[in-house]
Amino acid sequence: MASVRGNVQVDIDTCKGCELCVEACPQDSLQLSEKVNAQGYHYAVLIQDNCTGCENCALVCPDAVITVYRTPKNSAGKNAKREAVATVTNVRANMKITVEELPEGKVDL
Amino acid sequence: MNRKNATPTEKPDIRLMKGNEALAEAAIRAGCQGYFGYPITPQSEVLEYLTEEGRKRGMVVMQVESELAAINMVYGGAGAGARVMTSSSSPGISLMQEGISYIACAEIPCLVVNVNRGGPGLGTIQPAQGDYFQATKGGGHGDYHPIVLAPASVQEMADMVYLGFDLADKYRNPTLILADGALGQMMEKVEFPEYNPADHIPEKPWATTGKPKDRERNILTSLHIQPEKMEEVNRRLQKKYETICANEVRYQLVHADDAEILVVAFGLAARISHKAVEMARAQGIRVALMRPITLYPYPYDVLRRMKSTLKGALVVEMNAGQMIEDVRLGVEGAVPVKYFGRMGGIIPTPEEVLEEIRRMSGDGHGAGDGHHHAMHDQILEERN
Amino acid sequence: MDNPREVEMETVSCPEGLEVVWEKPETLTGNRMHYCPGCGHGVVHKLLMEVLKEMDIQDKTIGVAPVGCSVFAYNYMNIDMQEAAHGRAAAVATGVRRMLPDKFVFSYQGDGDLAAIGTAETIHAANRGENFLVVFINNGIYGMTGGQMAPTTLVGMKTSTTPGGRDVETSGFPFNISRLIAMLPGAYYVTRQSVHTPGAVRKTKKAIRKAFEHQRDRKGYCLIEVVSNCPSGWKMTPVVSNQWMEENMFPSYPLGDLKTDGVLQPLKGN
Repeated sequence: MASVRGNVQVDIDTCKGCELCVEACPQDSLQLSEKVNAQGYHYAVLIQDNCTGCENCALVCPDAVITVYRTPKNSAGKNAKREAVATVTNVRANMKITVEELPEGKVDL
Repeated sequence: MNRKNATPTEKPDIRLMKGNEALAEAAIRAGCQGYFGYPITPQSEVLEYLTEEGRKRGMVVMQVESELAAINMVYGGAGAGARVMTSSSSPGISLMQEGISYIACAEIPCLVVNVNRGGPGLGTIQPAQGDYFQATKGGGHGDYHPIVLAPASVQEMADMVYLGFDLADKYRNPTLILADGALGQMMEKVEFPEYNPADHIPEKPWATTGKPKDRERNILTSLHIQPEKMEEVNRRLQKKYETICANEVRYQLVHADDAEILVVAFGLAARISHKAVEMARAQGIRVALMRPITLYPYPYDVLRRMKSTLKGALVVEMNAGQMIEDVRLGVEGAVPVKYFGRMGGIIPTPEEVLEEIRRMSGDGHGAGDGHHHAMHDQILEERN
Repeated sequence: MDNPREVEMETVSCPEGLEVVWEKPETLTGNRMHYCPGCGHGVVHKLLMEVLKEMDIQDKTIGVAPVGCSVFAYNYMNIDMQEAAHGRAAAVATGVRRMLPDKFVFSYQGDGDLAAIGTAETIHAANRGENFLVVFINNGIYGMTGGQMAPTTLVGMKTSTTPGGRDVETSGFPFNISRLIAMLPGAYYVTRQSVHTPGAVRKTKKAIRKAFEHQRDRKGYCLIEVVSNCPSGWKMTPVVSNQWMEENMFPSYPLGDLKTDGVLQPLKGN
C-alpha cells in the first residue's frame, strides 16, 4: 500500500495512443495499454500508483482525454490540523482510495 | 417598388446626385452599419461618399487591401449580424466571386454592388453589361444564386439599396445590384423615401455574436464534408431559390397590350430601348418593352404569357448577348429572338435600336395601320 | 514495468479525497477531434478554450476557422464561429471585429492559410492593428492535403512536392512571417511558442491569456505562432516528431517573444 498524492483518469475511448503523456510523465506512471479501443488505438493507462497529480500528461494531451486529480493542497490556513493522504488499495480494477489522517496537517476535510 | 413618401406636410427629400452617390446615401439611410471596399473606376464615389458621410453618421467604412479582403469582411461583419455591404466594378467583382459563393452557402445576408464596366480582362472603364452571366448564373463555384437587381436610373440606384438589403435579410441570401458605369456616373434627380431600418431589419438569431449559456453555438460555414449533408444543404438552397422565384420577380412592361414585337432590355439598355420603342410607336410599329427589374429571379412567366401574340423578340444588351439566353428560355422557341448590342463600353443609341425594331417589323410593317396607342407605362410587380 | 498493472477507471466522478486539478473545460465540445494522434492542434484548441473559460468570455468570443487541418475547429470549440475561405480568416475576423467592437475575436490559422494564400489579408490586418488575436500553427507542411510544401517548410525538408527536399532556387526560403509582422507598427504582441512539453504548454497558455487581455484593453493586433509537429506529414511518431521539431524547426523558428507591448525584442536565431 503506497501513498499517492494524485491520480489520473483516461477517457480510453477518445485516446489516440500518441504516447505524448507517457513521455511527459516524470513518474513513469503511464504507459500504452496492450489493448486497443474501438478506434484501434493503444490507449494510455496508469501503471503505477506513484502519480503526483502534476498534470503534465493532461497539458500535452492533444485530445484532452486525461483528467487529473490530486490531494487538496494546503488551503485551510493556519488553523488546519490534518492533511489528507490518499492511498491506493487496489490498482487493478476501480480505484479505491482511503484517507488517512496525519497528526500535523493543513486541510480540514 | 413600394416607396413611402415623406409625410405630406414635409418637403420631399429630393436631390441632384450621381448614381454612385445616391446609392451610397441610400445605404446610410438603409441602416447599413459596415462598408468594406477597394477603389475602382467607375464606382469609387461610393467609397468616397461613405467615407465622408457614412462615417459622420456612424457607419464603419473601410478602404481595405483588395476586393478579396472586402468581400470576406462582408462575410465576417454580416455573419456577426450587421447590415453590411461592398461595391466594386467588374474586375473587382470577379475577385469577390469566391467570397460570394461562401456567403451564399453559409446563407449570410449582405449587399454587393457591381457598377459594371467593359470587359473581359481589365477591359475599359466605360459602362457595359458583360457581367450578366456572372451575376445571374452564380458567378463563383457551386449551385447558388444571388438575388440580382438591375437599376435603370439614379432613383433606382437608391431604391434598390433598401430593397436589396430587405430581400437579403428576408431570404438570408446575398443581393447583387447590377448597375453600370453610366448609371454610377450620371447625375439625376433622386428622392429619398422615409425608411426606418428598425422596421425592416429582422432579428438574426443565427448570427455569431457570442454564445450565451442558454443557446447552442452558432456556426457559419459552407463546409459539409458528408455528401448527404452537402446535398441536404443544396436542397435547402434550391428550395429557397424556388421561393424567391415564386415571390420576388419584378419587371416593367411598356405598351404590351397589342405588341407584335417585344424588346427586352435591362438597366441602361432598357432606358435607351424605351426611347426607341416610343419612337417606333410614333411610327405605328406595335412594339413593347419588357424590362426585367430582377435579373434573378428572371421574369420568364411574362415572356411565356406573351409569346403567342408576338412575332418576335429583340434583346438589346451592352454585351455580346447574354440575357438573350433567358429570353429564349422564356419564349420557349415560339418566336424568333434577335440580339442587338454594343460591347466594350459603347452605349447603343435609340436610333440604332429603332433601326433594329424596324428591321424586325419588316421595315415599317404596321406603320400607318391607323392605330394610335395611348402611351402608358406600367410598372408591374409580379408576385405569382 | 514488465507486467504493467492497469488502472481502468470506469467512473468519471472524482475519487474520494482528491480534487480535480485538470479536466477538459466545458468550452470544448465533447466531439472527438479528427486530428492525427499527437498533433499539436488539439493542445492549442484546448489552451484557447481554457483561457476563455478562465476569463469567463465564452459568451463574448467569436472565432474564425481557416482552411487546412483545423478547418473543423468549430466542431471542438464551444463558441460562436465562422468558417473562412482559404487564407481569408484575417479579413473575416476584421469584419466581425469591426461590427462587434466589444467582443473578443480570434482567428486560428495554419502556415498555408496564413503565410501563403492569405499573406495579404494577414499582413494588412496586422498593419491596421486590428484588435484581435491570430493563432498561427506552423508545422512546416500542408497536413490536410497530404503533406505538400508549406511556405514555412525548411530548406532541405522533404514533402510530397519537394521530394528531394526544399531547394531555394525553385521554392524560395522558409517564410518567417512572424518576424515580418512584428516589424509592423500595428502589431502589439507577437510571440513564438510551442506545445511539445508541459513547460511549453504552460508558456503558450500564458501567451494566449496575455493576448486576450491585450484585446480586452484594446491594444491591437496580437499574433501567437505555435511551432508545431505534423507526425503524419513528417512521417514520424508523435514523440519522435517533437524531437525532430526541437532539432530542426526551432533553429529556424526560435521560440520567444518577437514583440511585447509594441516593442520589438532582440532577434534570436536566424
